[in-house]
Amino acid sequence: MLAYLVKRVFQAIAVMFAISLIGFAIQDNLGDPLRALVGVSVSEEVRDQLRDELGLNDGFVTQYLRFLGNALHGDLGTSYFFKEPALDVILKKMPATLELVLGATLIIVGLSVPLGVYTAIKPKSILSGIIMGLSIVGISIPVFLTAILMIFVFAVNLGWFPSYGRGEVVHVFGSWDTNFASFDGLMHVLLPSVALASIMLPLFVRLIRAEMMEVLQSEYVKFAKAKGLRPMRIYFVHALKNTLLPVITVGGVQIGTMVAYTILTETVFQWPGMGFMFLEAVNRVDTPLIVAYLIVVGFIFVVTNTIVDLIYGLVNPTVNLARMGA
Amino acid sequence: MSLLSVRDLTVKFAMRDQTVTALNQISFDVRRGERLGIVGESGAGKSITGFALMNLLSQPGYIDSGHVMFGGEDIVRFSDAQMRRIRGNRMAMIFQDPMVTLNPVLTIGQQMVETLRAHRKLSRAEAEQISILKLREVYIPSPEERLEQYPHELSGGMRQRIVIAIALLLDPELIIADEPTTALDVTIQADIMDLLLELCQSNKVGLILITHDLGVVSQMTERTLVMYAGRIIEAGPTRQIINDPQHPYTQGLINALPQQTLPGHRLKQIPGNMPSPAALPAGCPFHPRCDFAVDICRRVRPEIMRFAEVEIACHEVSRLHGIPYKEESA
Repeated sequence: MLAYLVKRVFQAIAVMFAISLIGFAIQDNLGDPLRALVGVSVSEEVRDQLRDELGLNDGFVTQYLRFLGNALHGDLGTSYFFKEPALDVILKKMPATLELVLGATLIIVGLSVPLGVYTAIKPKSILSGIIMGLSIVGISIPVFLTAILMIFVFAVNLGWFPSYGRGEVVHVFGSWDTNFASFDGLMHVLLPSVALASIMLPLFVRLIRAEMMEVLQSEYVKFAKAKGLRPMRIYFVHALKNTLLPVITVGGVQIGTMVAYTILTETVFQWPGMGFMFLEAVNRVDTPLIVAYLIVVGFIFVVTNTIVDLIYGLVNPTVNLARMGA
Repeated sequence: MSLLSVRDLTVKFAMRDQTVTALNQISFDVRRGERLGIVGESGAGKSITGFALMNLLSQPGYIDSGHVMFGGEDIVRFSDAQMRRIRGNRMAMIFQDPMVTLNPVLTIGQQMVETLRAHRKLSRAEAEQISILKLREVYIPSPEERLEQYPHELSGGMRQRIVIAIALLLDPELIIADEPTTALDVTIQADIMDLLLELCQSNKVGLILITHDLGVVSQMTERTLVMYAGRIIEAGPTRQIINDPQHPYTQGLINALPQQTLPGHRLKQIPGNMPSPAALPAGCPFHPRCDFAVDICRRVRPEIMRFAEVEIACHEVSRLHGIPYKEESA
C-alpha cells in the first residue's frame, strides 16, 4: 500500500512538472501584460524599466527556473491585477467552484445510477426510450447554451430561481462560505449545478446502462438466476457492483473535467468562482494568475485521479494495492 | 413416477427475419435419482435443453410449446415467482466454466449464504454452518477460510467444486450439469466427475449430464439421449447405446472415438457439419452426412420409434426391424 502511494506521488510530481512547463510556456503568447497593467499613457522607458523589475526581459529558462523555485515554496507569482499572491486569489475563489462541482456531482451520482440501471433492466420500455432520447439531447447541447436556456425559462420567464450569483452564503471557516446551509443559497446553486451536470449526467446514464447490459449477459448473472435469487438482489448486488467498477474509473476523470467546465457555467451565472476569475484573468492578461490557475486545476486532476484509483482498489477485490507497488 | 417428464418440448428463437426452432418436440423422462446423459455435437440443442428446463432461456429464446412436468406439476406454466422457488432449491444447475460462473466481487461465503437465504429462513450464522458442511462434502480444504475468499483466489478445479457445493446446498432433487468439466484441466476433469457421481449416488439426486464426451457418459449415466439438430435421434440405456449404437449418427460418434482407431491411423470422422437449425435439410436432418441414406431419407423426416429398450429416429433402422417405410411426413 505504502509503495503504491509513493509510486503514485512520484507520478503526480512528474505530471505537475509537465503542467507547469506547458502553462508557463504559453504565457508569452497571451499578449503584453504591461498594456493591461499601466495603460497607454506611460512612456516606453518606464515600461522597459517595469519589464526589468518584473523579470520579463530575462530568457525563458531563467524565468521558468525562477518560477519553479518560487513554486516549490508555495509562491505561484503575484497577480498583476489584484496585487496579491496568485495562489491566495485562487484559494479564495476555490470554495465557490468546489461547491458548484459538489452540487453537480450530487445530481449526477443521485440520478445516473437509478436511471442507468432502469434503462438497462427495461431497455424496451417507453420510459427508457424517453430517458435515452433526452440523454442524447443533453450531451449534444453545449453547457453554456443549456445554462442560458435555463436562465431564460426558470429565472426570467417563470421566476422560480435567481439568475446569477451565490446569494446568501453561510461562513464556515477561512475563505469557505457555503451555499448548502440556507434556502436562498440552495436556490442559487441549483441552476448552475444542473447546467454543469447537463453533459456529465447523460454520459453517466449511458455508461452505466451499457456496462450493466453487458454484465447482465454474464455467466455469473445467469448462475445467480439459476440459484433462485430475487431480481432486485441480482440487479443491485450481483450486477451493479460489477457495473460500477469501470464507471468509477471514468467518473474520477470526469470530476476533474467538470472543474474545467465550470469556466463556462460560472461565466454565464456570474458565479464568483475560479472559472469566472480565470476568464477575467485572460481578459486582463494577468499571466501569473493564469499560470497559477492551470497549475491548481492540474493539481486537482492529479489528486482526484489518485483518490479514484485508491477507491477502485478498495472496491475491486481482484486489485491488490499492496502488491501493485512492486 | 418420474421426477421429471418432458413432453414435446419445443424451443424457438425469434430472430430478426425469421423464427428458428432450436428444440423440436423433444420428450424424455428422468426418474428419481436417475442419471441421464445428453450427448451431441455443439449446436445440437443440449445446453438449450438444460436452460429450458430451468426456464432460463436467454433472449430471444422462448419455450414455444410442450410440457415439463416436475414433481407432478407443469413448470412451463409457472409464474416467475413460482419458478424462482424451484431454481437452486429443487432443481439446481452447474455451469460450464467455473472461471466465470462465480461473481468476482462477492466472497464465496456471500454467494453461498444468499442462495440458502433465498429459499429458507436462516440466520447468517446458520447459513454459514450449512455452507461449511457442503464445502466439506466436496472436499474443499479448510472451508471456514474459503468463505472469506474471493473466486479469483481459487483454482479452476476448486471453483467448480464450490459451484457443485452451491448446487447441492438445498438438497435438490435434480441437478443439471452443462459440460461441467469442459473448461478444466484433463487431470482435474476425472476428479470432478468422480465427485459428482459420488454425490449424486449418496444423496439420491437425479442428474442430467450434458456433454459431448461419450466416455464420460458411459461412466456416469444410466440412460443416454443422443441429440442432433434440435431433436432426439436415439435414446435408451447408456450401456446399450455405447456398445450397440443403432442410429448411423451415434455409430459415427462412437467410431470417431480415438480408442476405436489403431495407433498411427487416421481418426475416423463423420463427414460434413451439423446443419444450422435455421437451414435444416428436408427429410432426416442427418441424411447429407449419412452413409445409409436412401431416397426416403431425403423426403420424409423419420419419427422416433421404440425398439425394445431403445428409441430411434431412423428409416433404415425401422426397416431393419421389419417396419416398412412410411410415406407420410411426420
